[in-house]
Amino acid sequence: MTRPLAPTKDHPLVRWTLTAVALGFIGLFLVLPLVVVFHDALGDGLTAALAAIREPDAIAAIQLTLTAAAIAVPLNAIFGIAASWAIAKFDFAGKGFLVTLIDLPFSVSPVVSGLIYVLVFGLQGWLGPWLAEHDVKIIFALPGIVLATVFVTFPFVARELIPLMTDQGRDEEEAAVSLGASGWATFRRVTLPNIKWGLLYGVLLCNARAMGEFGAVSVVSGHIRGLTDTMPLHIEALYNDYQYSAAFAVASLLALLALVTLVLKSLLEWHFAEEISAAHHH
Amino acid sequence: MSLVIEKVEKRFTDFAALKGVSLEAPDGAFLALLGPSGSGKTTLLRILGGLENADLGHVSFAGLDWLTIPARERRAGFVFQQYALFRHMTVAKNIAFGLEVRPARQRPARAEIKRRVEELLSLVQLEGLGGRYPSQLSGGQRQRVALARALAIEPRMLLLDEPFGALDAKVRKELRGWLKGLHTRLGLTTVFVTHDQEEALELGDLVAVMNEGRIEQIGPPGVLINAPATPFVADFLEDALARSPDTNLRSLVRARTIK
Ligand SMILES: Nc1ncnc2c1ncn2[C@@H]1O[C@H](COP(=O)(O)OP(=O)(O)OP(=O)(O)O)[C@@H](O)[C@H]1O
Ligand SMILES: [Mg+2]
Repeated sequence: MTRPLAPTKDHPLVRWTLTAVALGFIGLFLVLPLVVVFHDALGDGLTAALAAIREPDAIAAIQLTLTAAAIAVPLNAIFGIAASWAIAKFDFAGKGFLVTLIDLPFSVSPVVSGLIYVLVFGLQGWLGPWLAEHDVKIIFALPGIVLATVFVTFPFVARELIPLMTDQGRDEEEAAVSLGASGWATFRRVTLPNIKWGLLYGVLLCNARAMGEFGAVSVVSGHIRGLTDTMPLHIEALYNDYQYSAAFAVASLLALLALVTLVLKSLLEWHFAEEISAAHHH
Repeated sequence: MSLVIEKVEKRFTDFAALKGVSLEAPDGAFLALLGPSGSGKTTLLRILGGLENADLGHVSFAGLDWLTIPARERRAGFVFQQYALFRHMTVAKNIAFGLEVRPARQRPARAEIKRRVEELLSLVQLEGLGGRYPSQLSGGQRQRVALARALAIEPRMLLLDEPFGALDAKVRKELRGWLKGLHTRLGLTTVFVTHDQEEALELGDLVAVMNEGRIEQIGPPGVLINAPATPFVADFLEDALARSPDTNLRSLVRARTIK
Protein backbone atom coordinates (compact mmCIF):
# COMPACT_ATOMS: atom_id res chain seq x y z
CA MET A 1 0.00 0.00 0.00
CA THR A 2 2.99 2.37 -0.19
CA ARG A 3 2.38 3.79 -3.62
CA PRO A 4 4.97 6.57 -4.17
CA LEU A 5 3.45 10.02 -4.46
CA ALA A 6 4.02 12.19 -7.51
CA PRO A 7 6.64 14.76 -6.58
CA THR A 8 4.33 17.69 -7.23
CA LYS A 9 1.36 16.22 -5.36
CA ASP A 10 0.87 16.79 -1.67
CA HIS A 11 -0.15 13.95 0.56
CA PRO A 12 -3.96 13.50 0.37
CA LEU A 13 -4.16 13.98 4.12
CA VAL A 14 -2.60 17.43 3.72
CA ARG A 15 -5.03 18.36 0.98
CA TRP A 16 -8.07 17.18 2.94
CA THR A 17 -6.96 18.89 6.09
CA LEU A 18 -6.39 22.19 4.32
CA THR A 19 -9.73 22.00 2.51
CA ALA A 20 -11.54 21.09 5.72
CA VAL A 21 -9.91 23.96 7.61
CA ALA A 22 -10.81 26.46 4.87
CA LEU A 23 -14.41 25.26 4.58
CA GLY A 24 -14.81 25.07 8.34
CA PHE A 25 -13.51 28.57 8.74
CA ILE A 26 -15.78 29.97 6.06
CA GLY A 27 -18.77 28.11 7.47
CA LEU A 28 -18.15 29.21 11.04
CA PHE A 29 -17.29 32.84 10.42
CA LEU A 30 -19.16 33.73 7.24
CA VAL A 31 -22.05 31.39 6.51
CA LEU A 32 -23.26 30.65 10.04
CA PRO A 33 -23.75 34.30 11.06
CA LEU A 34 -25.67 34.94 7.83
CA VAL A 35 -27.90 31.96 8.48
CA VAL A 36 -28.49 33.14 12.04
CA VAL A 37 -29.43 36.62 10.80
CA PHE A 38 -32.02 35.24 8.39
CA HIS A 39 -33.25 32.67 10.94
CA ASP A 40 -33.71 35.17 13.75
CA ALA A 41 -35.41 37.61 11.41
CA LEU A 42 -38.23 35.11 11.14
CA GLY A 43 -38.36 34.54 14.91
CA ASP A 44 -41.75 36.31 15.15
CA GLY A 45 -42.93 35.01 11.79
CA LEU A 46 -42.75 36.30 8.26
CA THR A 47 -45.55 38.87 8.68
CA ALA A 48 -43.78 40.51 11.62
CA ALA A 49 -40.52 40.59 9.66
CA LEU A 50 -42.20 42.22 6.67
CA ALA A 51 -43.94 44.71 8.94
CA ALA A 52 -40.60 45.67 10.49
CA ILE A 53 -39.30 46.51 7.03
CA ARG A 54 -42.46 48.38 5.95
CA GLU A 55 -42.61 50.52 9.06
CA PRO A 56 -42.02 54.29 8.25
CA ASP A 57 -38.73 54.67 10.15
CA ALA A 58 -37.37 51.58 8.41
CA ILE A 59 -38.42 52.87 5.02
CA ALA A 60 -36.79 56.22 5.76
CA ALA A 61 -33.59 54.42 6.78
CA ILE A 62 -33.63 52.31 3.61
CA GLN A 63 -34.16 55.39 1.48
CA LEU A 64 -31.37 57.26 3.25
CA THR A 65 -28.94 54.38 2.82
CA LEU A 66 -29.76 54.00 -0.86
CA THR A 67 -29.49 57.76 -1.45
CA ALA A 68 -26.13 58.02 0.31
CA ALA A 69 -24.79 55.07 -1.67
CA ALA A 70 -26.22 56.43 -4.92
CA ILE A 71 -24.23 59.64 -4.41
CA ALA A 72 -21.08 58.23 -2.81
CA VAL A 73 -20.49 55.33 -5.18
CA PRO A 74 -20.48 57.29 -8.48
CA LEU A 75 -18.33 60.00 -6.85
CA ASN A 76 -15.81 57.42 -5.71
CA ALA A 77 -15.88 55.69 -9.08
CA ILE A 78 -14.92 58.98 -10.74
CA PHE A 79 -12.34 59.93 -8.09
CA GLY A 80 -10.96 56.40 -8.18
CA ILE A 81 -10.57 56.35 -11.95
CA ALA A 82 -8.97 59.81 -11.95
CA ALA A 83 -6.54 58.97 -9.17
CA SER A 84 -5.51 55.61 -10.61
CA TRP A 85 -5.20 57.11 -14.08
CA ALA A 86 -2.87 59.79 -12.76
CA ILE A 87 -0.86 57.34 -10.69
CA ALA A 88 -0.54 54.64 -13.32
CA LYS A 89 -0.07 56.69 -16.45
CA PHE A 90 1.89 59.76 -15.40
CA ASP A 91 5.00 60.57 -13.43
CA PHE A 92 4.74 63.50 -11.09
CA ALA A 93 6.21 64.74 -7.84
CA GLY A 94 4.40 63.48 -4.75
CA LYS A 95 3.06 60.34 -6.41
CA GLY A 96 4.18 58.10 -3.55
CA PHE A 97 2.47 60.41 -1.10
CA LEU A 98 -0.79 60.26 -3.06
CA VAL A 99 -0.72 56.46 -3.03
CA THR A 100 -0.28 56.49 0.75
CA LEU A 101 -3.06 59.03 1.10
CA ILE A 102 -5.48 56.80 -0.79
CA ASP A 103 -4.98 54.10 1.81
CA LEU A 104 -5.66 56.49 4.66
CA PRO A 105 -9.36 55.64 5.05
CA PHE A 106 -8.42 51.97 5.43
CA SER A 107 -5.92 52.65 8.17
CA VAL A 108 -7.84 55.28 10.11
CA SER A 109 -10.68 54.06 12.31
CA PRO A 110 -14.04 55.06 10.79
CA VAL A 111 -15.03 56.70 14.04
CA VAL A 112 -12.02 58.97 13.78
CA SER A 113 -12.89 59.85 10.16
CA GLY A 114 -16.39 60.76 11.30
CA LEU A 115 -15.02 62.92 14.09
CA ILE A 116 -12.79 64.76 11.62
CA TYR A 117 -15.90 65.86 9.74
CA VAL A 118 -17.56 66.95 12.94
CA LEU A 119 -14.44 68.97 13.77
CA VAL A 120 -14.48 70.63 10.36
CA PHE A 121 -18.17 71.11 9.69
CA GLY A 122 -19.77 70.76 13.13
CA LEU A 123 -21.28 73.70 14.95
CA GLN A 124 -18.12 74.12 17.06
CA GLY A 125 -15.89 73.20 14.09
CA TRP A 126 -13.71 75.38 11.81
CA LEU A 127 -16.40 76.01 9.24
CA GLY A 128 -19.32 75.61 11.66
CA PRO A 129 -20.12 79.29 12.29
CA TRP A 130 -19.84 80.18 8.58
CA LEU A 131 -22.09 77.27 7.62
CA ALA A 132 -24.64 78.17 10.29
CA GLU A 133 -24.68 81.74 9.05
CA HIS A 134 -25.43 80.59 5.53
CA ASP A 135 -27.96 78.04 6.74
CA VAL A 136 -26.08 75.05 5.34
CA LYS A 137 -26.52 71.85 7.32
CA ILE A 138 -23.82 69.24 6.89
CA ILE A 139 -23.42 67.45 10.19
CA PHE A 140 -26.52 65.58 11.38
CA ALA A 141 -27.86 65.74 7.81
CA LEU A 142 -27.56 63.98 4.46
CA PRO A 143 -24.43 65.88 3.28
CA GLY A 144 -22.46 64.76 6.34
CA ILE A 145 -23.58 61.16 5.90
CA VAL A 146 -22.57 61.25 2.24
CA LEU A 147 -19.20 62.85 3.05
CA ALA A 148 -18.43 60.24 5.69
CA THR A 149 -19.46 57.45 3.33
CA VAL A 150 -17.33 58.85 0.51
CA PHE A 151 -14.33 59.10 2.81
CA VAL A 152 -14.61 55.60 4.18
CA THR A 153 -15.22 53.94 0.81
CA PHE A 154 -12.74 55.98 -1.22
CA PRO A 155 -9.99 53.33 -1.51
CA PHE A 156 -12.12 50.53 -2.98
CA VAL A 157 -12.17 51.63 -6.62
CA ALA A 158 -8.69 53.17 -6.62
CA ARG A 159 -7.13 50.14 -4.89
CA GLU A 160 -8.68 47.86 -7.49
CA LEU A 161 -7.60 49.96 -10.47
CA ILE A 162 -4.08 51.13 -9.60
CA PRO A 163 -2.37 47.73 -9.92
CA LEU A 164 -4.46 46.87 -12.97
CA MET A 165 -3.66 50.10 -14.80
CA THR A 166 -0.01 50.05 -13.76
CA ASP A 167 0.24 46.52 -15.06
CA GLN A 168 -1.33 47.45 -18.38
CA GLY A 169 1.08 50.35 -18.86
CA ARG A 170 0.68 53.25 -21.24
CA ASP A 171 1.41 51.49 -24.51
CA GLU A 172 -2.16 51.13 -25.70
CA GLU A 173 -2.96 54.76 -24.88
CA GLU A 174 0.13 55.89 -26.76
CA ALA A 175 -0.85 53.74 -29.70
CA ALA A 176 -4.34 55.25 -29.67
CA VAL A 177 -2.99 58.80 -29.65
CA SER A 178 -0.55 58.07 -32.47
CA LEU A 179 -3.50 56.69 -34.44
CA GLY A 180 -5.23 60.03 -34.07
CA ALA A 181 -7.54 59.50 -31.09
CA SER A 182 -8.35 62.45 -28.83
CA GLY A 183 -7.82 62.21 -25.08
CA TRP A 184 -11.48 61.47 -24.49
CA ALA A 185 -11.69 58.90 -27.30
CA THR A 186 -8.59 57.20 -25.93
CA PHE A 187 -10.14 57.00 -22.49
CA ARG A 188 -13.52 55.79 -23.69
CA ARG A 189 -12.34 53.31 -26.31
CA VAL A 190 -9.09 52.02 -24.84
CA THR A 191 -8.63 52.73 -21.14
CA LEU A 192 -12.19 52.18 -19.94
CA PRO A 193 -12.77 48.85 -21.71
CA ASN A 194 -9.46 47.59 -20.37
CA ILE A 195 -10.36 48.37 -16.77
CA LYS A 196 -14.10 47.74 -16.83
CA TRP A 197 -14.02 44.46 -14.90
CA GLY A 198 -11.73 45.83 -12.24
CA LEU A 199 -13.88 48.93 -12.10
CA LEU A 200 -17.06 46.90 -11.73
CA TYR A 201 -15.54 44.86 -8.94
CA GLY A 202 -14.33 48.00 -7.17
CA VAL A 203 -17.72 49.65 -7.54
CA LEU A 204 -19.55 46.61 -6.15
CA LEU A 205 -17.26 46.41 -3.12
CA CYS A 206 -17.54 50.15 -2.67
CA ASN A 207 -21.32 49.91 -2.82
CA ALA A 208 -21.49 47.05 -0.34
CA ARG A 209 -19.37 48.99 2.09
CA ALA A 210 -21.22 52.27 1.48
CA MET A 211 -24.52 50.67 2.42
CA GLY A 212 -23.01 48.89 5.40
CA GLU A 213 -20.85 51.65 6.90
CA PHE A 214 -21.56 52.14 10.57
CA GLY A 215 -18.79 53.90 12.48
CA ALA A 216 -18.14 57.09 10.54
CA VAL A 217 -21.80 57.57 9.68
CA SER A 218 -22.81 56.99 13.28
CA VAL A 219 -20.64 59.93 14.40
CA VAL A 220 -21.99 62.43 11.87
CA SER A 221 -25.60 61.25 11.71
CA GLY A 222 -26.97 62.40 15.04
CA HIS A 223 -29.27 59.34 15.15
CA ILE A 224 -32.54 61.10 14.42
CA ARG A 225 -35.00 58.31 13.79
CA GLY A 226 -36.78 58.49 10.49
CA LEU A 227 -34.46 61.29 9.40
CA THR A 228 -30.74 60.63 9.76
CA ASP A 229 -30.69 56.95 10.67
CA THR A 230 -29.25 54.78 7.91
CA MET A 231 -30.02 51.07 7.78
CA PRO A 232 -27.09 50.00 9.97
CA LEU A 233 -27.93 52.73 12.50
CA HIS A 234 -31.60 51.78 12.44
CA ILE A 235 -30.69 48.16 13.06
CA GLU A 236 -28.63 49.15 16.08
CA ALA A 237 -31.42 51.33 17.42
CA LEU A 238 -33.93 48.48 17.08
CA TYR A 239 -31.51 46.09 18.73
CA ASN A 240 -30.92 48.44 21.64
CA ASP A 241 -34.70 48.67 22.04
CA TYR A 242 -34.83 44.88 22.42
CA GLN A 243 -36.78 44.56 19.16
CA TYR A 244 -34.60 41.66 18.13
CA SER A 245 -36.59 40.17 15.28
CA ALA A 246 -37.26 43.60 13.76
CA ALA A 247 -33.52 44.31 13.97
CA PHE A 248 -32.74 41.03 12.29
CA ALA A 249 -35.40 41.62 9.64
CA VAL A 250 -33.79 44.89 8.56
CA ALA A 251 -30.37 43.26 8.89
CA SER A 252 -31.52 40.51 6.54
CA LEU A 253 -32.50 43.08 3.98
CA LEU A 254 -29.10 44.74 4.25
CA ALA A 255 -27.39 41.37 3.91
CA LEU A 256 -29.59 40.59 0.92
CA LEU A 257 -28.54 43.80 -0.80
CA ALA A 258 -24.93 42.77 -0.33
CA LEU A 259 -25.61 39.26 -1.60
CA VAL A 260 -27.37 40.65 -4.66
CA THR A 261 -24.29 42.67 -5.60
CA LEU A 262 -22.13 39.56 -5.27
CA VAL A 263 -24.51 37.45 -7.34
CA LEU A 264 -24.63 40.21 -9.95
CA LYS A 265 -20.87 40.22 -10.16
CA SER A 266 -20.67 36.43 -10.52
CA LEU A 267 -23.34 36.46 -13.22
CA LEU A 268 -21.50 39.12 -15.22
CA GLU A 269 -18.21 37.28 -14.84
CA TRP A 270 -19.78 34.05 -15.98
CA HIS A 271 -21.50 35.67 -18.92
CA PHE A 272 -18.39 37.48 -20.16
CA ALA A 273 -15.80 34.88 -19.15
CA GLU A 274 -14.19 34.78 -22.59
CA GLU A 275 -13.85 38.51 -22.87
CA ILE A 276 -12.40 38.79 -19.38
CA SER A 277 -9.72 36.23 -20.08
CA ALA A 278 -8.89 38.00 -23.34
CA ALA A 279 -8.39 41.21 -21.40
CA HIS A 280 -5.94 39.61 -19.02
CA HIS A 281 -3.82 37.27 -21.10
CA HIS A 282 -2.15 39.31 -23.73
CA MET B 1 10.46 66.91 -48.84
CA SER B 2 13.07 64.96 -46.93
CA LEU B 3 13.38 64.20 -43.24
CA VAL B 4 15.80 66.58 -41.56
CA ILE B 5 16.63 66.20 -37.88
CA GLU B 6 18.68 69.01 -36.39
CA LYS B 7 20.45 68.99 -33.03
CA VAL B 8 17.71 67.20 -31.15
CA GLU B 9 18.38 66.91 -27.43
CA LYS B 10 16.46 65.09 -24.72
CA ARG B 11 17.09 64.79 -21.00
CA PHE B 12 15.33 62.54 -18.55
CA THR B 13 15.63 64.15 -15.12
CA ASP B 14 19.22 63.10 -14.42
CA PHE B 15 20.22 61.58 -17.72
CA ALA B 16 20.91 62.95 -21.19
CA ALA B 17 19.38 60.41 -23.55
CA LEU B 18 20.01 62.43 -26.74
CA LYS B 19 22.94 64.83 -26.89
CA GLY B 20 22.34 66.65 -30.14
CA VAL B 21 21.22 64.32 -32.89
CA SER B 22 21.28 65.52 -36.49
CA LEU B 23 20.61 63.53 -39.63
CA GLU B 24 19.06 63.80 -43.03
CA ALA B 25 17.20 61.20 -45.04
CA PRO B 26 15.55 61.61 -48.44
CA ASP B 27 11.83 61.15 -48.94
CA GLY B 28 10.93 57.48 -49.12
CA ALA B 29 14.11 56.40 -47.36
CA PHE B 30 14.34 53.23 -45.31
CA LEU B 31 16.41 54.50 -42.39
CA ALA B 32 17.77 52.11 -39.80
CA LEU B 33 18.70 53.40 -36.34
CA LEU B 34 21.31 50.99 -35.09
CA GLY B 35 23.03 51.06 -31.74
CA PRO B 36 23.63 49.25 -28.46
CA SER B 37 21.02 49.16 -25.73
CA GLY B 38 20.48 52.53 -24.10
CA SER B 39 21.98 54.54 -26.96
CA GLY B 40 18.77 56.55 -27.42
CA LYS B 41 17.18 54.88 -30.44
CA THR B 42 13.73 54.49 -28.97
CA THR B 43 13.86 57.99 -27.54
CA LEU B 44 14.57 59.47 -30.98
CA LEU B 45 11.81 57.39 -32.55
CA ARG B 46 9.31 58.43 -29.89
CA ILE B 47 10.20 62.07 -30.48
CA LEU B 48 9.49 61.58 -34.18
CA GLY B 49 6.18 59.97 -33.29
CA GLY B 50 5.24 62.76 -30.89
CA LEU B 51 5.11 60.45 -27.86
CA GLU B 52 7.99 62.32 -26.25
CA ASN B 53 8.90 66.00 -26.44
CA ALA B 54 12.40 67.06 -27.47
CA ASP B 55 14.03 69.60 -25.15
CA LEU B 56 15.87 71.28 -28.00
CA GLY B 57 16.25 70.88 -31.72
CA HIS B 58 14.23 70.95 -34.85
CA VAL B 59 12.74 68.40 -37.22
CA SER B 60 11.28 69.10 -40.62
CA PHE B 61 9.48 66.54 -42.67
CA ALA B 62 7.37 66.83 -45.80
CA GLY B 63 7.82 70.57 -45.59
CA LEU B 64 6.30 70.67 -42.08
CA ASP B 65 7.72 71.89 -38.79
CA TRP B 66 7.28 68.35 -37.51
CA LEU B 67 7.79 68.75 -33.75
CA THR B 68 5.15 71.45 -33.44
CA ILE B 69 2.41 69.14 -34.71
CA PRO B 70 0.55 67.32 -31.89
CA ALA B 71 1.06 63.56 -31.92
CA ARG B 72 -2.51 62.80 -32.90
CA GLU B 73 -2.33 65.03 -35.94
CA ARG B 74 1.05 63.86 -37.11
CA ARG B 75 -0.10 60.72 -38.86
CA ALA B 76 3.10 58.92 -37.99
CA GLY B 77 2.37 55.20 -38.09
CA PHE B 78 4.05 53.89 -34.95
CA VAL B 79 4.70 50.19 -34.44
CA PHE B 80 5.64 49.43 -30.86
CA GLN B 81 8.20 46.92 -29.75
CA GLN B 82 5.61 45.04 -27.70
CA TYR B 83 2.97 45.70 -30.41
CA ALA B 84 0.59 47.49 -27.98
CA LEU B 85 -2.44 46.02 -29.71
CA PHE B 86 -5.79 46.86 -28.10
CA ARG B 87 -6.33 43.66 -26.21
CA HIS B 88 -10.09 43.94 -25.88
CA MET B 89 -10.65 44.50 -29.61
CA THR B 90 -10.63 42.01 -32.44
CA VAL B 91 -7.94 42.22 -35.08
CA ALA B 92 -10.36 43.96 -37.46
CA LYS B 93 -11.33 46.50 -34.79
CA ASN B 94 -7.68 47.13 -34.03
CA ILE B 95 -6.97 47.90 -37.66
CA ALA B 96 -10.09 50.05 -38.04
CA PHE B 97 -9.33 52.09 -34.91
CA GLY B 98 -7.46 54.93 -36.59
CA LEU B 99 -10.32 55.38 -39.05
CA GLU B 100 -13.11 55.11 -36.51
CA VAL B 101 -11.73 57.80 -34.21
CA ARG B 102 -11.62 60.37 -36.96
CA PRO B 103 -13.98 63.31 -36.56
CA ALA B 104 -17.37 62.55 -38.13
CA ARG B 105 -16.76 64.64 -41.22
CA GLN B 106 -13.52 62.86 -42.15
CA ARG B 107 -14.59 59.38 -41.12
CA PRO B 108 -15.13 56.94 -43.97
CA ALA B 109 -18.50 55.20 -44.17
CA ARG B 110 -18.81 51.90 -42.34
CA ALA B 111 -18.70 49.85 -45.52
CA GLU B 112 -15.63 51.71 -46.67
CA ILE B 113 -13.85 51.06 -43.36
CA LYS B 114 -14.72 47.39 -43.66
CA ARG B 115 -13.31 47.27 -47.17
CA ARG B 116 -10.08 49.00 -46.09
CA VAL B 117 -9.65 46.57 -43.19
CA GLU B 118 -10.02 43.62 -45.56
CA GLU B 119 -7.51 45.18 -47.90
CA LEU B 120 -4.99 45.71 -45.10
CA LEU B 121 -5.54 42.20 -43.76
CA SER B 122 -4.63 40.79 -47.12
CA LEU B 123 -1.69 43.18 -47.42
CA VAL B 124 -0.23 41.75 -44.21
CA GLN B 125 -1.30 38.24 -45.21
CA LEU B 126 -3.77 37.70 -42.39
CA GLU B 127 -6.94 37.12 -44.42
CA GLY B 128 -9.67 35.52 -42.37
CA LEU B 129 -8.15 36.36 -38.97
CA GLY B 130 -10.08 39.62 -38.52
CA GLY B 131 -12.37 38.13 -35.89
CA ARG B 132 -9.63 36.93 -33.56
CA TYR B 133 -8.39 38.68 -30.45
CA PRO B 134 -4.70 39.61 -30.18
CA SER B 135 -4.22 36.97 -27.48
CA GLN B 136 -5.18 34.32 -30.03
CA LEU B 137 -2.35 35.23 -32.43
CA SER B 138 1.30 34.26 -32.69
CA GLY B 139 4.02 36.86 -32.21
CA GLY B 140 4.64 37.26 -35.92
CA GLN B 141 0.93 37.65 -36.60
CA ARG B 142 0.57 40.30 -33.88
CA GLN B 143 3.48 42.14 -35.41
CA ARG B 144 1.72 42.25 -38.74
CA VAL B 145 -1.55 43.39 -37.17
CA ALA B 146 0.36 46.24 -35.52
CA LEU B 147 1.76 47.17 -38.90
CA ALA B 148 -1.63 47.00 -40.61
CA ARG B 149 -3.12 49.18 -37.87
CA ALA B 150 -0.39 51.77 -38.40
CA LEU B 151 -0.86 51.67 -42.16
CA ALA B 152 -4.62 52.16 -41.89
CA ILE B 153 -4.25 55.86 -41.09
CA GLU B 154 -2.38 56.40 -44.35
CA PRO B 155 0.67 57.53 -42.42
CA ARG B 156 3.07 60.16 -43.64
CA MET B 157 5.94 58.15 -42.19
CA LEU B 158 6.32 54.74 -40.63
CA LEU B 159 8.13 54.33 -37.31
CA LEU B 160 9.08 50.83 -36.21
CA ASP B 161 10.66 50.07 -32.83
CA GLU B 162 12.56 46.79 -32.97
CA PRO B 163 9.79 45.33 -35.08
CA PHE B 164 11.20 41.82 -34.98
CA GLY B 165 12.79 41.97 -31.55
CA ALA B 166 10.51 39.44 -29.91
CA LEU B 167 10.43 36.91 -32.74
CA ASP B 168 12.49 33.81 -33.41
CA ALA B 169 15.24 33.82 -36.02
CA LYS B 170 13.27 32.10 -38.74
CA VAL B 171 10.19 34.34 -38.53
CA ARG B 172 12.49 37.37 -38.30
CA LYS B 173 14.14 36.43 -41.52
CA GLU B 174 10.81 35.94 -43.30
CA LEU B 175 9.27 39.16 -42.05
CA ARG B 176 12.40 41.10 -42.90
CA GLY B 177 12.16 40.22 -46.57
CA TRP B 178 8.45 40.88 -46.53
CA LEU B 179 8.87 44.30 -44.90
CA LYS B 180 11.52 45.26 -47.44
CA GLY B 181 9.12 44.32 -50.23
CA LEU B 182 6.33 46.29 -48.60
CA HIS B 183 8.53 49.36 -48.34
CA THR B 184 9.49 49.10 -51.98
CA ARG B 185 5.82 48.84 -52.88
CA LEU B 186 4.50 51.68 -50.70
CA GLY B 187 7.50 53.99 -50.84
CA LEU B 188 6.78 55.33 -47.32
CA THR B 189 9.58 57.08 -45.47
CA THR B 190 10.38 54.51 -42.80
CA VAL B 191 12.52 54.78 -39.67
CA PHE B 192 13.18 51.54 -37.89
CA VAL B 193 15.09 50.84 -34.72
CA THR B 194 17.20 47.76 -34.21
CA HIS B 195 20.24 46.65 -32.29
CA ASP B 196 20.88 43.84 -34.76
CA GLN B 197 23.70 44.88 -37.12
CA GLU B 198 22.85 42.35 -39.75
CA GLU B 199 19.21 43.42 -39.83
CA ALA B 200 20.11 47.12 -40.13
CA LEU B 201 22.58 46.58 -42.96
CA GLU B 202 20.32 44.25 -44.88
CA LEU B 203 17.14 46.32 -44.60
CA GLY B 204 18.19 49.93 -44.40
CA ASP B 205 19.19 51.91 -47.42
CA LEU B 206 20.54 54.35 -44.85
CA VAL B 207 21.95 53.25 -41.52
CA ALA B 208 22.56 55.60 -38.61
CA VAL B 209 24.82 54.15 -35.94
CA MET B 210 24.00 55.58 -32.51
CA ASN B 211 26.04 55.50 -29.35
CA GLU B 212 25.40 57.21 -26.02
CA GLY B 213 22.89 59.68 -27.37
CA ARG B 214 24.85 60.67 -30.45
CA ILE B 215 25.00 59.58 -34.06
CA GLU B 216 28.41 58.16 -34.76
CA GLN B 217 27.90 57.81 -38.47
CA ILE B 218 25.14 57.75 -41.04
CA GLY B 219 25.38 56.38 -44.54
CA PRO B 220 24.46 53.55 -46.87
CA PRO B 221 25.44 50.09 -45.56
CA GLY B 222 28.34 49.77 -47.98
CA VAL B 223 29.93 53.00 -46.80
CA LEU B 224 29.58 52.06 -43.15
CA ILE B 225 31.30 48.76 -43.71
CA ASN B 226 34.04 50.05 -45.98
CA ALA B 227 34.72 53.35 -44.31
CA PRO B 228 33.68 53.36 -40.66
CA ALA B 229 34.08 56.91 -39.40
CA THR B 230 34.92 56.04 -35.81
CA PRO B 231 36.51 53.13 -33.98
CA PHE B 232 33.13 52.55 -32.34
CA VAL B 233 31.41 51.97 -35.68
CA ALA B 234 34.18 49.70 -36.87
CA ASP B 235 34.03 47.59 -33.71
CA PHE B 236 30.27 47.54 -33.52
CA LEU B 237 29.84 46.31 -37.08
CA GLU B 238 32.84 44.04 -37.41
CA ASP B 239 32.14 41.40 -34.78
CA ALA B 240 28.59 40.87 -35.83
CA LEU B 241 29.28 40.77 -39.54
CA ALA B 242 32.17 38.38 -39.34
CA ARG B 243 29.75 35.91 -37.76
CA SER B 244 26.88 36.68 -40.09
CA PRO B 245 25.40 33.78 -42.04
CA ASP B 246 24.70 36.24 -44.86
CA THR B 247 27.45 35.56 -47.40
CA ASN B 248 27.04 38.92 -49.12
CA LEU B 249 27.72 40.85 -45.97
CA ARG B 250 30.52 38.52 -44.94
CA SER B 251 32.33 38.89 -48.21
CA LEU B 252 32.03 42.67 -47.94
CA VAL B 253 33.73 42.57 -44.57
CA ARG B 254 36.37 40.16 -45.81
CA ALA B 255 37.09 42.30 -48.83
CA ARG B 256 37.67 45.24 -46.52
CA THR B 257 39.92 43.32 -44.15
CA ILE B 258 42.09 42.16 -47.03
CA LYS B 259 42.32 45.71 -48.36
N1 LIG C 1 11.10 57.77 -19.40
C1 LIG C 1 12.43 57.72 -19.12
N2 LIG C 1 12.86 58.18 -17.94
C2 LIG C 1 14.19 58.16 -17.62
N3 LIG C 1 15.14 57.66 -18.43
C3 LIG C 1 14.76 57.16 -19.62
C4 LIG C 1 13.38 57.16 -20.02
N4 LIG C 1 13.30 56.62 -21.27
C5 LIG C 1 14.57 56.29 -21.60
N5 LIG C 1 15.44 56.62 -20.64
C6 LIG C 1 16.90 56.44 -20.66
O1 LIG C 1 17.40 57.00 -21.85
C7 LIG C 1 18.40 56.17 -22.42
C8 LIG C 1 18.06 55.84 -23.85
O2 LIG C 1 16.91 55.04 -23.85
P1 LIG C 1 16.28 54.40 -25.15
O3 LIG C 1 15.07 53.67 -24.76
O4 LIG C 1 16.15 55.46 -26.17
O5 LIG C 1 17.44 53.39 -25.58
P2 LIG C 1 17.44 52.34 -26.78
O6 LIG C 1 18.60 52.72 -27.64
O7 LIG C 1 16.12 52.26 -27.42
O8 LIG C 1 17.80 51.00 -26.03
P3 LIG C 1 17.22 49.50 -26.27
O9 LIG C 1 17.97 48.95 -27.43
O10 LIG C 1 17.60 48.81 -24.99
O11 LIG C 1 15.75 49.60 -26.48
C9 LIG C 1 18.50 54.94 -21.53
O12 LIG C 1 19.65 55.06 -20.72
C10 LIG C 1 17.24 54.98 -20.72
O13 LIG C 1 17.49 54.48 -19.42
MG1 LIG D 1 14.53 50.76 -27.44
